[in-house]
Amino acid sequence: MVEVKRVEIKATKQLREVMAQHFMELGEAAKTKNKKIAWCSSVGPAELAHSLGFLVYYYENHAAILGSNRTASDYIPVANAHGYSPDICSYLTSDVGAYLKGETPLTKAYGIEKVPTPDVLLYNTNQCREVYDWMSFYAREFKVPLLGVNTPRTQRQVREDIVESVAAQLEQMVPELEKIAGRSFDIDRFREILVISRECSQLWEDVLETAAARPSPLTFFDACIHMGPAVVMRGRQEANDYYRILLEELKERVNQGVAAVEGERHRFYWEGMPIWGKLRSMSELFARLKACIAVSTYCSSWVFSGFDPKDPFQSMARAYCSIFIGKDDKGKEDYIAEKVEHFGVDGILYHDAKTCPSNTNNRYGMANRLSERLGVPHLIINGDLNDIRCFSEEQTVTNVEAFVEQIEEAR
Amino acid sequence: MKKYAGIDVGSCTTKAVVIDQEDNMLGSHVRRSGVDYQSAATESLEVALGGEGWDGVPIVSTGYGRHSVNFATEAKTEIACHARGGFHYVQRALTVVDIGGQDNKVIKLDDKGHRLDFKMNRKCAAGTGTFIEEIAARMAIPLDKLDGMARKAEKRVKIGSYCTVFASTEILSLIRAGVSSDELVRGVFESVVDRVMEMIPLADTVLLCGGVVEYFPVVADIFKARISGEVIVPPHPQLTGAYGAALFARELAG
Repeated sequence: MVEVKRVEIKATKQLREVMAQHFMELGEAAKTKNKKIAWCSSVGPAELAHSLGFLVYYYENHAAILGSNRTASDYIPVANAHGYSPDICSYLTSDVGAYLKGETPLTKAYGIEKVPTPDVLLYNTNQCREVYDWMSFYAREFKVPLLGVNTPRTQRQVREDIVESVAAQLEQMVPELEKIAGRSFDIDRFREILVISRECSQLWEDVLETAAARPSPLTFFDACIHMGPAVVMRGRQEANDYYRILLEELKERVNQGVAAVEGERHRFYWEGMPIWGKLRSMSELFARLKACIAVSTYCSSWVFSGFDPKDPFQSMARAYCSIFIGKDDKGKEDYIAEKVEHFGVDGILYHDAKTCPSNTNNRYGMANRLSERLGVPHLIINGDLNDIRCFSEEQTVTNVEAFVEQIEEAR
Repeated sequence: MKKYAGIDVGSCTTKAVVIDQEDNMLGSHVRRSGVDYQSAATESLEVALGGEGWDGVPIVSTGYGRHSVNFATEAKTEIACHARGGFHYVQRALTVVDIGGQDNKVIKLDDKGHRLDFKMNRKCAAGTGTFIEEIAARMAIPLDKLDGMARKAEKRVKIGSYCTVFASTEILSLIRAGVSSDELVRGVFESVVDRVMEMIPLADTVLLCGGVVEYFPVVADIFKARISGEVIVPPHPQLTGAYGAALFARELAG
């Protein structure tokens, strides 16, 4: 088979540094208790926690690391044996399994003995109910408060009464968080954090936008790695500094015509979660076929341009209610259709993730509807975010190769 | 005489087909793929060529082991080759249904033979050749008896599971309920057709291929009874992919 050459993204070095800083701070705080630690879901109320001086640890990010380094397969069965079904979220089962075994990849990567013990657990059900079940486990283990926001999903439009309710829930968290933080809430600090977070969103969106160029300077697989700071350090200036460096490099790549996939011939949309344990092999497969996955729902999920310091609680509530995963199928289809057109996509890939129904969108006919509406073919890839027992490499390679052949044939 | 070869290294069997410039089949061979795909491909090709060497013979490999055939000129997916082989016999818009050892493929083609869409079965082997072998072994019935038994069945029993293990236990319940072996076997074949029909709506012309249809022609009869469009079975259903690969080899050679 053809060997794939690629021009590495230089900013990866700074990415490693900024991610290391995030984890080292958490490790230090866990050891010295110099700062309080809040665990937060990835699209949870992180800005509120930051404004009260908490360091924020993202449990989904930890689970994604378990998926990426393929240790999830060792931990999922441990959680299964403790009564957590193999059919539920494999982020949850791999993370809980690792905890039950007393292991974390942070030890090898950053010398952190165990996951940083939380002072409070935060969630928002805007993405799924599983984050609540997941944190309920840790609330029982650590005997710390579990605070969160219950957001309805499958919305035709963002309704004002729901925004009001979410804003009220956010405000109601403040007194409890003040007690845990041991300091008073400062609304001006909250406004500042929202501005920093919004800027991070904007920079990240600009990074993703560079993939509209032909050839694209980055792929979905690159974006899955480089989105780290937008997830775990939004609200921190360091994330914004990093994205300025990355953005400059990608713009330079666009100017010089440097392709993320050498000889790019096909451009795809990725709908759904990454298959974390297969990022490298999938990246190589698509590169070999000269196919660039230029745009995805997943990597675009950390864009919160609606944050407004003038109206912090309401705007935060609105932004967190407006995310893709909260929309109904019609809203999701309109969103994908706009991106397919803007990024000049030849085909849509749907990842049917066995244990993640919330991030799996092909199960209610969307794939057929969108292909008919856009005249763009699709392929469904069966797999999972972390449980690679649900993934057949052979079948996937054949399906992807055949999909590319089909697109070639149609030209 | 110019020769062109196609080799389909499938999960269960390896098939080789050699054709001439006019697409006539000059030779073919089928054997178990085993664990050494390269050897299986080599042996199959040697036999299909009647013992002659393959210097200068354009070869296209396909099937799960397509990338393991290091002497192939090019590798193409089994989707492409079944589509190409199937279209050769029909030459109009059609749906190719391949029921193989490990998976099923349904491929929709336009009137030029270009693929419009395709589907492969989900992860479970239910509805494939492996499923039939598993059930036959469980019921201690030789494979070559199955087709005749299914044809003798007087009524249809439903086997609904799309998991091979669940289907096996469903069969145990039917045995306890006194269902005859003939009806059980018929039910197994009916369930293979059910699994295919759950993948994509089948209408108009359907071409059936793959080892299951080759060895158990009753499956084609069940399809004919179930769908309104024309059902076509090519001369050697199991060789359709390898034949399609050989056609590609000829086209590649120009």
